[in-house]
Amino acid sequence: MTDASPPQTFQMDGHDVAFTPGQSILTAALAAGRYIPHLCFHPEFTAHGSCKVCTVKVNGQPHASCTTPARSGDVVESDTDELTQLRLNLVQFLFAEGNHFCPSCEKSGACTLQGVAYELGMTTEHYSPLFPDRPVDASHPDVLLDFNRCILCELCIRASAIHDQKHVFALSGRGITKHLIVNAESGRLADTALALSDKAMTVCPVGVILRKRQGFAVPIGERRYDHQPISAVAVGHRPKEDGHE
Amino acid sequence: MTTLDLAAMVQRHGGDATRLVQILHEVTAALGYVPPATITELAARLGVSRAHVEGVVGFYSFFSAAPQGRFRVRFSDNITDQMAGSHALCQRMLDAFRVELGEVSRDGLVSIARTSCTGLCDQGPALLVNDRAIARLTPQRIGAICSLIRGEVPLPQWPENLFAIHRLVERRDRILAAVMQPGEGLAAAVARGKAATIAELERSGLRGRGGAGFPAGAKWAACAAAPGPERYVVCNADEGEPGTFKDRELLMHHAELVIEGMTVAAFAVGAQRGLVYLRAEYPFLVAPLEELLARRRAAGLLGRAAGGVAGFDFDIELHVGAGAYVCGEESALIESLEGKRGIPRNRPPYPVTHGYRQRPTVVNNVETLAAAALIARDGAGVVRDVGTPKSAGTKLLSVSGDVARPGIYEYPFGVTVRQVLDDAGAVATQAVQVGGPSGTLLAAREFGRRIAFEDVPSAGAFMVFDQRRDMVAVVENFARFFAHESCGFCTPCRVGTTLAAQMMTRIATGVGSRRDVKDLARVAGVMKAASHCGLGATAGAPVVAALEKFRPAFDQRLRSLDVVPTFDLDLALAPAREATARDDQAAHLDEESP
Ligand SMILES: Cc1cc2nc3c(=O)[nH]c(=O)nc-3n(C[C@H](O)[C@H](O)[C@H](O)COP(=O)(O)O)c2cc1C
Ligand code: SF4
Ligand code: SF4
Ligand code: FES
Repeated sequence: MTDASPPQTFQMDGHDVAFTPGQSILTAALAAGRYIPHLCFHPEFTAHGSCKVCTVKVNGQPHASCTTPARSGDVVESDTDELTQLRLNLVQFLFAEGNHFCPSCEKSGACTLQGVAYELGMTTEHYSPLFPDRPVDASHPDVLLDFNRCILCELCIRASAIHDQKHVFALSGRGITKHLIVNAESGRLADTALALSDKAMTVCPVGVILRKRQGFAVPIGERRYDHQPISAVAVGHRPKEDGHE
Repeated sequence: MTTLDLAAMVQRHGGDATRLVQILHEVTAALGYVPPATITELAARLGVSRAHVEGVVGFYSFFSAAPQGRFRVRFSDNITDQMAGSHALCQRMLDAFRVELGEVSRDGLVSIARTSCTGLCDQGPALLVNDRAIARLTPQRIGAICSLIRGEVPLPQWPENLFAIHRLVERRDRILAAVMQPGEGLAAAVARGKAATIAELERSGLRGRGGAGFPAGAKWAACAAAPGPERYVVCNADEGEPGTFKDRELLMHHAELVIEGMTVAAFAVGAQRGLVYLRAEYPFLVAPLEELLARRRAAGLLGRAAGGVAGFDFDIELHVGAGAYVCGEESALIESLEGKRGIPRNRPPYPVTHGYRQRPTVVNNVETLAAAALIARDGAGVVRDVGTPKSAGTKLLSVSGDVARPGIYEYPFGVTVRQVLDDAGAVATQAVQVGGPSGTLLAAREFGRRIAFEDVPSAGAFMVFDQRRDMVAVVENFARFFAHESCGFCTPCRVGTTLAAQMMTRIATGVGSRRDVKDLARVAGVMKAASHCGLGATAGAPVVAALEKFRPAFDQRLRSLDVVPTFDLDLALAPAREATARDDQAAHLDEESP
């Protein structure tokens, strides 16, 4: 590549999107103000590629946009009925997989899963819920873990391992039995090295990792996605990560 | 309980955390499971987090953090085992020990579970007990096994004939008829030179036999060209696709050819180490393969200056999997080789540049490597001159199900499905599943099609279903297989395979609705479009094909309703009926008949 090379672009939904080499389709699109729904991606961590909600079509083939490098000249479709349906189904899968009772959830209104579901026009769960048995862990004096809402995005795992250097969280099981575990023989969060100041405390997109005694500090109606839809929040100013401001 | 010297065990493995899966096998062999305190100690000794070790234990079917029986019985649950009566035989054993499926008997004597295909479909039904495989199960054999377990007879003292694996080779061609002296392939490759060996492979047109059909020559060339101080050659002997057992035959009776192929590959790409990833369901292959490697070491064909070639230092080690079909996927396999959960990696980068330990790595199927050894010795023509232009060479098929002569058949590519059926003595055939559950389901009108990459590709499975078979039950078995084997990494497959299996089970048990049929197609579409790896991408294929080709079998089973309530009040009373030993009419709710 020469210094004088023109900015590289790909096409997305009929618009040119500029990118710098190394960017993924998702990061380039977001930087250009074009929202692609996503759940497991977080700008501070290497893309994970597991939720697949960010799926787009690149030259006609579906790919997760967070893990697909942007390439000059590619033709990307994102905002199509077909892809919206695909993403809607994936979000419905996630709702069916966990136990999501939004009205009673501390994260409601600031929850990425809920925000994406609204964005995609989800009105029902559609699939029979699996009603998994996922007991909460209230052992820690300051933190509650409500596994019922976990969407297995691994952000807490990545934050604890890479940022906090503690490996408090990990996964066990396989397939539909895959589940979040904590780093203790007792299986209790209280017996791990988790601290309130950890990055892992702030990254959960849903309502799993919660501070105790802080319920409803921001009233319903004034939360992150109550004023603006997630598509606007995600490409504009990013509020603080815990969603409670 | 046996006590374990974990310190010594970890030291034997060089304190290397990438050896974790192999270490967990040793712990399981000694204790039957991996107790939580052992997990903690192992993590400390290996210098990894406890949660990492717990996560690895929890990933693989053959490991458990909860106590298991002193005898751990696993019935193969492939559809061919099921058709041969495995469920009734399993029930017989459950009754004998008064234990529930998946549970441990109260005295800790025995635990009984089902596992995915054990690769003995030509001689099923089959089971595994601890680290031994038993085929050709009959009620008599089950009775004998129950007595041995009840008497707590140690496995080495069980009658040897119980463990016999029969050899059923029905058609031999280039590979199965080949005779190769140890070192012949390597000597020919050395004489030809590295680049020319790869060029010869490219000229042969050999495509990978593990499923994807990637040109073997191009793979070797890419690995040879990738920068890096060291390279690896991996033999994919995971053979997890239900209905496939041809790698078992190759490794039992032609292992010399396979190891020769690995050695040729190592020479050609400049690798120092080879790894065989052998599925845990083939425990009977471990000792013979170790002996073969030892023989080749003694003969100077492995080790320093292998084959007498100065500077070619190459050795091979055996890794045993632990009951996870997804570990046949090459990047998940590499993760497993590194002692981790077998999760497919994001690609690019590909293994040829960033494989085992992030080094350039060739991963090839057992059969691909056997063919490569022949090409090295005999030249490209041994593959090029047979088969079709796009599918050069021969293919080993594992034929099972409703045929008179199940077993291994080696054909030139391009053979018709009908020809295989005729040769195997199949009559009144309704359907054939080519390539296993992730392959292609064919109805009778398609039997003129050919086994070839450009028509019906196959990694080797060829399961035959005659007119008596219920295709809904067949597809339900496949759907349960995928749900059991999904690694759980990505949403579409993790959730989709379970939703699909639940819907198929509802339909198969007569409580499915039209909505289930519609949703099955919808879920299959999501899995195909959005899955991270081939497992999820193909998991919906058998359902979609069966709905298209065997629709009446489904419609017969459906209740006429659009929706069947997920809560069935009468069914919910079943435990109460069982507890009170009642099943009379008054113990049931009135219901409209389906
Ligand atoms: C879910 C899944 C399971 C697989 N299982 C196997 C297997 O058991 N054996 C195998 O050789 N290839 C298997 N493959 C294909 C491998 O990823 C890879 O393509 C192959 O090992 C490459 O070797 P080849 O080019 O010689 O075929 C599997 C792929 C997927 C997606
Ligand atoms: S707890 Fe939250 S951050 Fe962690 S995996 Fe679950 S959803 Fe993701
Ligand atoms: S498709 Fe299935 S097996 Fe493959 S990565 Fe996704 S969850 Fe795992
Ligand atoms: S955001 Fe791309 S896969 Fe989750």
